[in-house]
Formats: sequence, C-alpha cells, structure tokens
Amino acid sequence: MKELAIKELLYKMADDLLILGHRNSEWTGIGPILEEDIAFSSMAQDKVGQSWALYKMLQVLGEQEPDTVAFTRNAPQFHSCKFVELPIGEYDFSLVRHFLFDTADLLRFDLLSRSSYTPLAQLATKIKGELKYHTMHANTWIKQLGSVEDEEAFQRMQYALDVALPFALGIFEEGPYEQSLADEKIFAGEVHLKSLWLEKIQETLSKTRLVLGDVSLISPELGGRYGQHTEFLQPLLDEMTEVFKVDPTAEW
Amino acid sequence: MYGGGNTFEPIKATGLEMEDPAKLAEFEARIERGEKIEPQDWMPNLYRKQLIRMIEQHAHSEIIGALPEGTWITRAPGFRRKLAQMAKVQDEVGHAQLLYSAAETLGKSREDMITDLINGKSKYSNIFNYPAFTWADSTVISWLVDAGAIVNQIANAKGSYGPYCRALDRICAEESFHLKYGHDAVVHLATGTPIQRKMLQEALNRWWTPLMHFFGPPDKMSVHTEILVKWKVKMATNDECRQQFLDMYVPKIWELGLSLPDPKLHKNAETGEWEYTEPDWEEFKRVINGDGPCNAERLAVRRTAEERGAWVRKALLSPKATYVTPLA
Ligand SMILES: [Fe+2]
Ligand SMILES: [Fe+2]
Repeated sequence: MKELAIKELLYKMADDLLILGHRNSEWTGIGPILEEDIAFSSMAQDKVGQSWALYKMLQVLGEQEPDTVAFTRNAPQFHSCKFVELPIGEYDFSLVRHFLFDTADLLRFDLLSRSSYTPLAQLATKIKGELKYHTMHANTWIKQLGSVEDEEAFQRMQYALDVALPFALGIFEEGPYEQSLADEKIFAGEVHLKSLWLEKIQETLSKTRLVLGDVSLISPELGGRYGQHTEFLQPLLDEMTEVFKVDPTAEW
Repeated sequence: MYGGGNTFEPIKATGLEMEDPAKLAEFEARIERGEKIEPQDWMPNLYRKQLIRMIEQHAHSEIIGALPEGTWITRAPGFRRKLAQMAKVQDEVGHAQLLYSAAETLGKSREDMITDLINGKSKYSNIFNYPAFTWADSTVISWLVDAGAIVNQIANAKGSYGPYCRALDRICAEESFHLKYGHDAVVHLATGTPIQRKMLQEALNRWWTPLMHFFGPPDKMSVHTEILVKWKVKMATNDECRQQFLDMYVPKIWELGLSLPDPKLHKNAETGEWEYTEPDWEEFKRVINGDGPCNAERLAVRRTAEERGAWVRKALLSPKATYVTPLA
C-alpha cells in the first residue's frame, strides 16, 4: 500500500513537470523578448530535469527506465493534471500558468522536503532550490503586467487568469492514497496544499490590479490524475515520441 | 552560428577622404599594434558601418538559426537529448542577445536591427534557409554547422573591435559544447541501426551543399575588402575558412563510415589543399537573395513572434510601470 501510494505521488509530479517543461520549451526562439526566451528555456530545462529525477526514483522502486516511461506511454497512462497539457497560447496565458503552477509546486516540494520518505525529501530539497527562482521570476512578471496602466496588457492578464483558474484548481485533484500518504507523513495532501497555495497567490495578486475569481464557485477541471485528459495531450505525446518511436530499442 | 561569406558587399564609397587624417592614422596604428578599439574610441564611419552590419548579421544568424533546431526540441529522443537540445538552442538565443548588445555599442538599437531583419533589409547566414526534415538533420546542424561557425568565430575573435571579440570568446566556449553534443549525437546514429545510419547519410547528403556554401563564394569570385582586412574586421578569407573546415571534419566524417556527395573531394598530398567540385554558386545567390526553400518561412516565424510579443514590450514601456529586469 505504502509503495503504491508513493509511486502514485511520484508519477503525477513527474508527469506534470515533464509535460509543462515540454510546453514551456515551445517558446524557445519565439519569445516576446530575448531575455524571456532564455528564461523560459532555463525553467523548462529545470522542469524536464526534475521530472527525469523523479522517474529515476520510480525506477528504483521497480518501474521501467525513465526514457521508456516518458517516451512510450499514451495519454490515458499519464497522471499529469490537465492544466499542464494546455497549449502555450499567448504569453499572457503561459505567464499565468507559470505563476499558478510554480507557486503550487514550490509549496509542494517544500512540504515534501520534510517527507518521511528520505529519498524524496532529499530530492525535494534540491528541487525547491531551483523552484525558488521560478516563482521569483513569475511573481516579478505578474506584479509588473498585473499592475501596468497599459490596458491591453491588464485585460490580457486578467482574462488569462480567469481561463486558467479552473485548470489550476485541477492541480489539487485528490489521489486514491491521500490518507495513507498523510498517515505515513510522506505528503500532507492536496487539500492542505491547495489552502497554502490560495493564500500565497492571493498575497501576490493583492499587489496588482488582477482579481482572482471566487474559487468556491468554480468547478475544477479534474480527471487528469486518473488519465482523463483534454484533446491536447495525445498530440503533444505523439510529437514528443516521434523520433524515439522510430526504434525504441535504438540508442539515440 | 554564423557563415561569413555573405557579409561583405562591394564598398561603393569609403568616405575616407572625409575623415581626419591624423585620427585615421592613429586608429590604424592602434590596430596595427594589436590594440582593441572600444565603443568610446574614435573610429572611421566606414569601420562603424561595416562592423554594425557584420555583428548584426551574426546576431540574426543566431536567432534564425535557433528555428530549424528549435523544432526538434519537442521531438528529441530521450531525456539526455531533450535536455541537451533545449540547452543548445537556448545558448544560440543567448548568443543573439550578446551580439545585439555588442552591435548596440556602435549605435544601432536592437529594435532597429530586428525590424531590418523582418523587413528583409539585413541578411543572416544562408544555411538556415534550408529545412531540417529529420532528427538526423538536427544532429548534422549541431555538429557540422556549429563546427563551421567555430572556424569562423575563432578567426573573428582576433579582430579589432573589443566588444565583438569578447562576445565571441564567450560564444566560442559554448560552441565547443555544441560541437561535442552534435558529434556525440551523430556518432550514435552512425553506429546505430540501419534505419539510423540511413537517416544520417541522407541528412549529410542534404547538408553538404549548404555547408560548402557556408563560408561564402571562393576568393577569386569575392569582392576585394583589403581595407577591412587591414582594419581587422575581416580576419580570414572564405577559402581559408573552408579549407580549415574540410581539413578538420572530412576525415572525421569518413572515419564514421559515411560518404560525402562529391566524388572529387580529396586532399591533394602535394599542396596540402582540399580539392572539390565547386558547389552551385548560382543557388547560393538565389537563396541569399530570398529565394531559398525556407527564407519566407523563417522570416514569417520571426515576424509572428515579434507581433505576438509586441504587447509585452509595449507594456514594459508603459510610463507608470517600473521596469524590472527578468532574473534569468
Ligand atoms: Fe551560436
Ligand atoms: Fe552553436
């Protein structure tokens, strides 16, 4: 039971990071300014690297090797939330997603850095160190674009926030093992994480003109944790695995 | 990345008669002594103009060069390659950033340079107007196009303009990683399955002509640029760079059991020079003048990116907002 619970936790975190890292890398070469192009790529590399580390941890627990796990599964076998698979859209949406997701992930890995499962606690401490810079970057931009006089920028950011919110709430979809993870002091759970997250994002948003919708009235986009995805994940995976699948036994 | 052959066009009027002869003599003496020229130093107009043009083209080559390889980031096979491809293309964008700022020290803004790129007014390396059809194309670019770029950039790093030289020193250090990465990826295909080998050979065949074009037309066909050589703007001739590239990489390609689509290609044991079939220079001219397989696509992608990002840049200029430098 305990091992199943840990695996389930690792899979959803790894899948989130891989898919969002992949999405963010799509900005390479086409960002709004060169500096952002470079920043988004750095963060995308961190995310893909973090997912790799989590898949390696799964391998130690008896799962297949990371390349096989990442490059041969289909959408229904992915445990990522729907939020990460959505297309990059315009920069407003990508920034808002970066802000909402990374704030949650920093809190998540902060909790996990105190996990009773030592290998995860150690990795979480390292990941946390990287994520700090991601949220700093996100907060800087949210504060900047969320408080400018420029009406177009403000409208875009507010709209992106409204569109993103139901999906962001889907990050915290509860898994089948919440209780046992909490009992074992491995992970405090999605409900707890969500309340920390709401507080944190409100804190940043309160310094801007942006308004967060009433989350009690919004139905979260759920299902991702159980393999139900939007129409956007499978094409992403088809693209990601295109070369690998030419010959999965080959060394590339 | 960068190809040097397209940089220099005939200089119609040098305007040197307008310059102060004493200052000009002192400027030339400094270069002669191997000193670097810095942004605040006196320099003839022609020097400034030619350098802006060269550094700007180099910068454009970096961001346009990020496009053919960038499309393989999302398809790179396996974690190792995926991460390396991301980092590699990111470096190229970083090179553009460095180079635009080096060119800005000479008085042309990044915005103006990018506008000229999008409007087709300023050029970039011809090689990026060819498509990267398969993963193997991407590995050939990483290895051999970057190899060519290094030959060129190491030569230019010894030039006379300080900011450009220092940017190139940093760039060359990163390019050497690209070269290692590209070589490793090529070796995996060359020593892999029959499908992988076939994929690689086909890519190499496709890229051979653009690679031969990379350094520009042969010296006997090129414009004379003595003054730029004297001012250490142009550091090596097209043929010198091409010979150096062939000498370093053809043996490595052959060692991998790959062939090159030129039966005449060989090193003349007596002269020590490589002999080859001249690539089609008419094609080179056509492509450089806008009629290559990907010119329109590359510029369209760049134009769209500028348009999509315009609101961000506009918002940052908003008077009430305090500009915050992004951290990375
Ligand atoms: Fe480069
Ligand atoms: Fe490079």
